Amino acid sequence: MTITTGKKREKLDRLSELAARQDEQGVSVWQEAFRRLRRNPAAIVGAVIFALFVVVALVGPFLVPYSPTDTIGIREGLIRPGVIPGIDGDHWLGYDHQGRDEFSRLIVGARQTLLVGVVATLIGLAIGALIGGVAGTAAGLGGRWGRWIDSTLMRFIDMLLAMPSLLLAVSIAALLGPSLITVMIAVGVVSVPVFARLLRGSMISQSNSDYVLAATALGVKKSKIALTHVVPNSLAPVIVQATLTLATAIIEAAALSFLGLGNQNSAIPEWGVMLAEAQPYLGVRPGLAIYPAVAIIITALGFTLLGEAMREALDPKLRK
Amino acid sequence: MALLEVDDLSVTFARRGQRTVRAVDGVSFSVDAGEVVGLVGESGCGKSVTSLAIMGLLPKQPGLRVGGKAVFDGTDLLQLDDRSRRDIRGRDIAMIFQDPLSSLNPVVPIGVQVTEVLTRHRGMKGEAATKEAAQLLDRVGIPDPRRRLKEYPHQLSGGMRQRALIAMAVACQPRLLIADEPTTALDVTIQAQILELLKELVRDSGTALMMITHDLGVVAGLCDTVNVLYAGRVVETARRRPLFREPRHPYTVGLLGSVPRLDSGRGERLNPIPGSVRDVLPWPEGCAFAPRCTRRVDECVGEPPQLVLAHDGRSYRCVNPAPVPGATQAEAEDLYRATPTGDDAVAAVPTAAEPGSVPAQAVPTDPPAPPGLGSREEESS
Amino acid sequence: MFRFIVRRLLQLIPTLFGLSVLLFIWLHRLPGGPETAILGERGTPEMRAQIRRNLGLDEPILVQYARFLRRMIKLDLGTSTSTKRAVTTEFVERFPGTVELTIMAMVLAIGIGIPLGYLAARRRGRLLDHASVGGSLIGICIPVFFLAYVLKAIFSEHFHWFPSSGRQDPTIGATRVTNFFLLDGLMTREWDAAADALWHLVLPGIALASIPLAIIVRITRASVLEVLGEDFVRTAEAKGLTENTVRRRHVLRNAMLPVATSIGLLTGGLLSGAVLTETVFAFSGIGAFVAEAIGQRDYPVLMGFIMIIAVVYVLVNLIVDLSYSVIDPRVRVR
Repeated sequence: MTITTGKKREKLDRLSELAARQDEQGVSVWQEAFRRLRRNPAAIVGAVIFALFVVVALVGPFLVPYSPTDTIGIREGLIRPGVIPGIDGDHWLGYDHQGRDEFSRLIVGARQTLLVGVVATLIGLAIGALIGGVAGTAAGLGGRWGRWIDSTLMRFIDMLLAMPSLLLAVSIAALLGPSLITVMIAVGVVSVPVFARLLRGSMISQSNSDYVLAATALGVKKSKIALTHVVPNSLAPVIVQATLTLATAIIEAAALSFLGLGNQNSAIPEWGVMLAEAQPYLGVRPGLAIYPAVAIIITALGFTLLGEAMREALDPKLRK
Repeated sequence: MALLEVDDLSVTFARRGQRTVRAVDGVSFSVDAGEVVGLVGESGCGKSVTSLAIMGLLPKQPGLRVGGKAVFDGTDLLQLDDRSRRDIRGRDIAMIFQDPLSSLNPVVPIGVQVTEVLTRHRGMKGEAATKEAAQLLDRVGIPDPRRRLKEYPHQLSGGMRQRALIAMAVACQPRLLIADEPTTALDVTIQAQILELLKELVRDSGTALMMITHDLGVVAGLCDTVNVLYAGRVVETARRRPLFREPRHPYTVGLLGSVPRLDSGRGERLNPIPGSVRDVLPWPEGCAFAPRCTRRVDECVGEPPQLVLAHDGRSYRCVNPAPVPGATQAEAEDLYRATPTGDDAVAAVPTAAEPGSVPAQAVPTDPPAPPGLGSREEESS
Repeated sequence: MFRFIVRRLLQLIPTLFGLSVLLFIWLHRLPGGPETAILGERGTPEMRAQIRRNLGLDEPILVQYARFLRRMIKLDLGTSTSTKRAVTTEFVERFPGTVELTIMAMVLAIGIGIPLGYLAARRRGRLLDHASVGGSLIGICIPVFFLAYVLKAIFSEHFHWFPSSGRQDPTIGATRVTNFFLLDGLMTREWDAAADALWHLVLPGIALASIPLAIIVRITRASVLEVLGEDFVRTAEAKGLTENTVRRRHVLRNAMLPVATSIGLLTGGLLSGAVLTETVFAFSGIGAFVAEAIGQRDYPVLMGFIMIIAVVYVLVNLIVDLSYSVIDPRVRVR
C-alpha cells in the first residue's frame, strides 16, 4: 500500500508542480511584457499620449480660461455672416461659429470624448464578455446542448459582424433618437463581436491547455480553475483589445456625429460633434474642423500604438 | 580528399541589448564521397544550425555572423554569392528536413514541388518533367505515383510525405545529402522504412549522407563516422564501431548511458546525464560540459580542452577521457600526461593505447556497450 | 465546385432568415410603429389608420411577419418618404455609382496594399517597413469623412486637379446605358466620358480606400512575415529555386490566404465608408442617398439599405470563400 501511495504522491506532486509553474510563469509573463513594453519607443509614445489625454480629460475642465458655453464672440459682435475671427492673444485657437472660445471647448471636449469612448468600450466588453463567456463555457462543457448553445451564439455574433457598424448605429438611433447615449450604445454594440470571439477563443484554448488538464487531474474544482487560471490568462488579450477598441470608438463616434446621429445639443463640447458642426464653416475657418480632427487622430493613434505594443509584448510567438 | 570539409565553422547571433549567442562555436569535420556521417547531440547543441549554415539557409537577420570554412569540392560554400549558392543547392547538395508536413508547401501539388527542382537544375519541362517526377516517386517507394503527383501534401500520410521530400532531394542525384532529423516526426515503424530507404539510396547512387540526429539508434544503423556535438563544438569523432564500443568523451559516455536497453533488468535505472544543455560553461573558460560531467577534474576549468587525436583517426576534446577498456586508470592518466599541451597542439595518443591489449575485466568503470548489444552491470555513479 | 457553391448558398438561408426577423422586430419597435416607417412623421391620423389596416397590423404577429417576408422576397421595399418613389427604383438607379466607387477603392487598396505589405515584410526593420506600418496606423486613425474633406480642399479646391463633386461632368452629355458611367463610356466608345467618370472617382476612391488599404498592408505584412518563417519556404530555398519562384509560388500564394479573408470582412466597413465619402463629394450613389435618409428619418430607405448590405456582404464573402478554395486545397476537400 505504501508503495502505491508513494508513487501516486510522486505523480501528483509532478502535476501540481506543473500547475504551479504555470502560475509562476503567469507573473513573469506580465513582468517580461512590461519590460519589453518599456523598450519599445512606439509604446512610450502611445503611453504618453494616453496619459496626457486622460489628465486633460480629468483636470482640463477646471483649468480652461473661458467657459466652453460662453458665446463671447457673439456678445462682442465679432461673429458676422462669413466671418469667424481666428487666433488672437487671449483666444489661442480663436472662436467657433457661435463665438465660443475654441481652445476651451477643445480641452473640455476631451472629457466627453473619453466618456463616449470608455462607456462604448465597456458596453461592448460587457455584452461581448457575457456572450463569449457563455459560448466558451458551453463549448467547454460539450455535449449536444453545449455545442448547440455555442454555435447559435456564434452564428448571432457572425451576423452582428456582418453588419456595417454605421448601419447598426443608424438602426439604434432610429429606435432611440439621436443623442450621445445612442452613439455610445451603437459604438459599443459594434465592438461586441470582437470581445465575444476573443473571450470564447481564449477560453477554449485555455481549457485545452496542459496546465488546466493538470489542475483538473488534481481534482481542482472547475469553477476554481476558471477563476485562478482561465480568467487571468484571458485578461491580457481583453485589456489589449479594450485599448484598441477605445481608439476605434472615438473615430466611429465622430462619424456618427457627422451624420447627425450624435448629440444635438452642442452646449457640452465633444470632439466628434465639434468636427461635425464645423463642416458648414470649412470655407470660412477650416481650423474649426482641423483642431478637433487632429485631436481625434492623435488620441486614436496614441491608444492604437499602446494597444498594438501591448499585444506585441504579450504575444507568445514573438517572445524568445 | 574529402567531399565536404568543414573547418572551424562558427555561427553567432548578436541581438541588440542581449548577450551574443554562439550557436556553433568552431565545428570541424569532414564528409568523404559516398560516406555516411552522423552529427549527434542533444537539441540545442548546434547540429541543425551547422547544416543550415553549410546550405546558406540560416534566416537572414541582423547580427548573424557565420565564420570559418565549408569547402565543398574545392569551393568554400560560405564565400559564394547568392546565385552560385542557389545553383549548388538542390543540384549538388540537397537537404531533407525534420517535419515533412510543414516542410511541404500545403497549397501546391506534390507534382509541382518535385518538377520545380527538375526544371530549375535539369531544364526539364512538361511531360518529360512529369515522367521523371513519377519515376522519382516510384523510386522512393510511393505507389501509384501518377496520381500522387496531382495530390496535395495533406492528402498524403506522414511517411509518404517524407518519401516525397526525399524524392525532391535526390531528383538531381546530388553528391551530398543532408538529412536533418528525418525520422523524428514519424512513427517508429515508418522511421525504420525511411532509414532503410535512405540507406538504399545512398548505397545505389554513391551519394554521401550527412545525418543529423539525436537518436543513437539511427547512428548505430546507418553511419560510417560519427561526430558528437556539444554546445556548438565537436567533442568526439570516431568510426561507428569504436565509438559505441569505447566512447572516450564523458558526454558520449553519458549519451550512450541514457539509452534505454531492452536487455537491462526491470527496475534498473537509466543513467541520465545530470543537468541540461543550458548548464554550459562558455568554451573559452573551459570545457562546456564540465558543469554536468562526472569525470570533472580541476584542469577542466580555465582553458578550453584541446582536441586529442587518437589512433584510428578518432579524436576527442577532453582532458580526462573515459578510459579505454584495457587500460588501467593510471595508464590512462599517463597517456594523458604524455600528450604535448601546446597552443594548438593536436596530441597524438601513442599506439600503446590500442584497445583490447589488456583484459576488459581490469577496467574499473566499465563504459557502456552499444544499445541493444551485450549486457552491462549497473553503474555506481 | 458547383456543389460547394450550392451548399454555401443554402447556408445563407438561416442567416438571411435571422436578419429578416431582426428587421421585422426593428420595424415594429420604431417610435410610432411601422406606419411611421412608411408615412414618415407627417402623416395624419386617418392616413395612419389606413396604413395600419393595409398592413394588417391588427392581425396576429406571425401573419404580419409572413406578409413582411413575402414583400421582402418580392423585393418590394416600400416607398421613400422623402422622394415619394419606390425604394427599389431609387436603389437600382443609384447602386451602380456606389459599386463603381467601392470597386475603385478596392482596386486601390489591393493594388497598393499587397505589394506594399509584401515589400515591408521583405525589408523588415528598414525605412520602408517603418513608413508603411506608421502610414497604415495613421490611415486607420483618420476619420474617413475628414480625410475626404482634406483631399477635396487640397486637390480639387486648391490645385483644381480633380473635380470636387458628382460622378461626371453633365456638360459632356454622355449616353446612358447601364448607369455604370465608366462602363457606359467604354461601351459607347465615348472615351472622354469614360475618362471624366474615372477622374471623378479618384478622390472619393482614395478617401474610401484609406482604411482598407491600411488594413491590407498590415495583414499582408504580418502574413508574409509568418510565411517567410515557414519550413516549406526553407525547403524551397534548399531546392535552389530562384528567388522569383520562391516568392511567387511559395511565399505569396500562402500569404494571400489571410488577406483574402480580410478582404471579405472589409466589405461592411466599405459600405459604411461609402455613406460618408459620397456625402462629402456629393457623389450620387446609395451612400449619399442613405445619409440623407438618416437625416430625414426615411425608414423604408434605411431598411432597404440594411437588406442590400446584408446580401452584398454575403455574396462578397461567398466569392472570397470560393477564391479561398481555389488557393487552398485543404478547404476544397471539406
